[in-house]
Amino acid sequence: MQAFKTRNILILAAILAILVILPFGAGSYVLGVLTTAFYFAVFAMSWDLLFGYAGEVNFGPTFLIGLGAYGAGIGNALLGMPLPIAVLFGTAAAVIGGVALAIPALKLSGPYLGLITLVAVLLLQQAIVIFAGVSGGEIGLSVPSVLSISSKINYAYALIFMIISGAILLTIARSSLGMILQAAGQDRVAAAALGFDVTRHKILAFAVSAFFSGLAGALLVFYLGTASVNAVVDLAIGIRVIIAAVMGGRRTIIGGAIGAIFLIVAAELLRPLGQLSSFVVALMALGVIMFFPDGLLGMIAARRRS
Amino acid sequence: MLALQILIDGFAISTLYALGALGFTLIFGVSGVLNLAHGGLLVVSAMAAWYVGTALGANAWVSAGVGIGAGLAVTLVTYGAVVRPVQRSRAIPGAERELFVLTATLLWGVMLQELLDYWFSDTPVAVKPLLSGTVNFLGVRTPINEFLTAAIAWAVMGLLWLLVNRTDIGKRLRATAINPRALTLLGFDLERIYLVAWLIYGLLAGIAGVLIGSFLGSGSSYIAGLTGSAFTIVVLGGLGSVSGTLIAAYVVGYIETLTAYLISPALREVPALLLLIAVMYVRPQGLLGKR
Repeated sequence: MQAFKTRNILILAAILAILVILPFGAGSYVLGVLTTAFYFAVFAMSWDLLFGYAGEVNFGPTFLIGLGAYGAGIGNALLGMPLPIAVLFGTAAAVIGGVALAIPALKLSGPYLGLITLVAVLLLQQAIVIFAGVSGGEIGLSVPSVLSISSKINYAYALIFMIISGAILLTIARSSLGMILQAAGQDRVAAAALGFDVTRHKILAFAVSAFFSGLAGALLVFYLGTASVNAVVDLAIGIRVIIAAVMGGRRTIIGGAIGAIFLIVAAELLRPLGQLSSFVVALMALGVIMFFPDGLLGMIAARRRS
Repeated sequence: MLALQILIDGFAISTLYALGALGFTLIFGVSGVLNLAHGGLLVVSAMAAWYVGTALGANAWVSAGVGIGAGLAVTLVTYGAVVRPVQRSRAIPGAERELFVLTATLLWGVMLQELLDYWFSDTPVAVKPLLSGTVNFLGVRTPINEFLTAAIAWAVMGLLWLLVNRTDIGKRLRATAINPRALTLLGFDLERIYLVAWLIYGLLAGIAGVLIGSFLGSGSSYIAGLTGSAFTIVVLGGLGSVSGTLIAAYVVGYIETLTAYLISPALREVPALLLLIAVMYVRPQGLLGKR
């Protein structure tokens, strides 16, 4: 078991090393694709903390991402906040939204919570369209500040952000908090009977997941230069986040990152297929879910064991 | 005059919502499946009817029949190729099976949307109405098709009621919803009962899809919204409760029509969503749900 773990760490280190060296050889197009993928990886990892560990069916990851993105965009473009303050502002908006989602989660579960989170996304989308004067409506909201105009520096920011977020989320998931969340997800009453404060832990899980989703959404806005419904709120984006996390492997955190990078790179490679590329990506994801429910990481682990 | 207009339009829309959501609630009640590809099934039927009717120039009744057939076929594919393999998979832990059905049907819905986009582009289309022309109903000019649509929808719902409450097949379906294990012990073949439920669901989805397509139009971009409204209505009424679904369909249909006429068409969906959140907080099992 110990050797198995060491080997995993070595493989992970090798992948990271390749990602670090990449900017010196690859063109700015490839770096751009990967930069987006790294932000997506953070979305998927934060979603996995809620779903994989706490067992909460959250169909609305883009509610939290969108709050972070639009909070930061409005802070920067309309309230004149400098970039770092605007990012914090957006992240705070996402955390408040996360705690607001945690309140129904304490009462509801399964499909009922799923529907509420779905409705939260639809309402956010409607609010953006209705308050078009503030949010830019369907056209989107351009922000004056940008992270950097160099694709290499943007790539570096996103990579470092993904590694730090992944490390923190993994630590949280492996800590007693992650254990209690798993216990409460499987049997709430038993966990409470053992003396754990399930309510507090659930709210904390939503807040942590919202923090990273919102922060990644806010940073993505300053990478793209605009906040738009299509890029950060649309249900299709949320579905892609969920697919990435499940495809990579639930309850692993790192699986979310692997799934997100895999999905985005696969979509790029399949681009010659035109409109059919999204179909093929969805088909691959469906195949993985049906035949390897533990995802890509589970597939690798199973091959090792045999 | 406006009041009567709202009354008529609201009635037609609510009736279609009820018919669309009925299959969704039936398949949940009988087999515990929440089919997130539901909107995809409705749109496939509508697009097939539109293609045969408009592009190939067939008669409106023939194209409606083709649309219903397409809806039935794609529903059976959903069951055979997506839902059943997930339900029978040994690699998926039992406790997580429901979540995998949700994720798999969600992906299947995305695939249907992409295929329709590829074949027909995402421009909305209108299915040929079964009857053309308008009538003057108490001073309100209304398309005849609007009345016919509502009448067909109510006739189909009446037949479904008879099937479920007055026949042996209906008895088995109801028994499966209550206790599938007991049915197996009594020697009934559950697989066959599930297949019958999916057949009925397919017919309902086909009819609802074609009728909605001739009234509101259809297109691949409608898929998520149709799934969402069926999901909303069914949860609002109480998952698995048929009468709850009917009441919720009329509540949602009329709230939407009132908002569209009196406030703004852009806000159409908002009040119903807020109502859903309020109901979930006060009565998580829905209006008529038992749980």
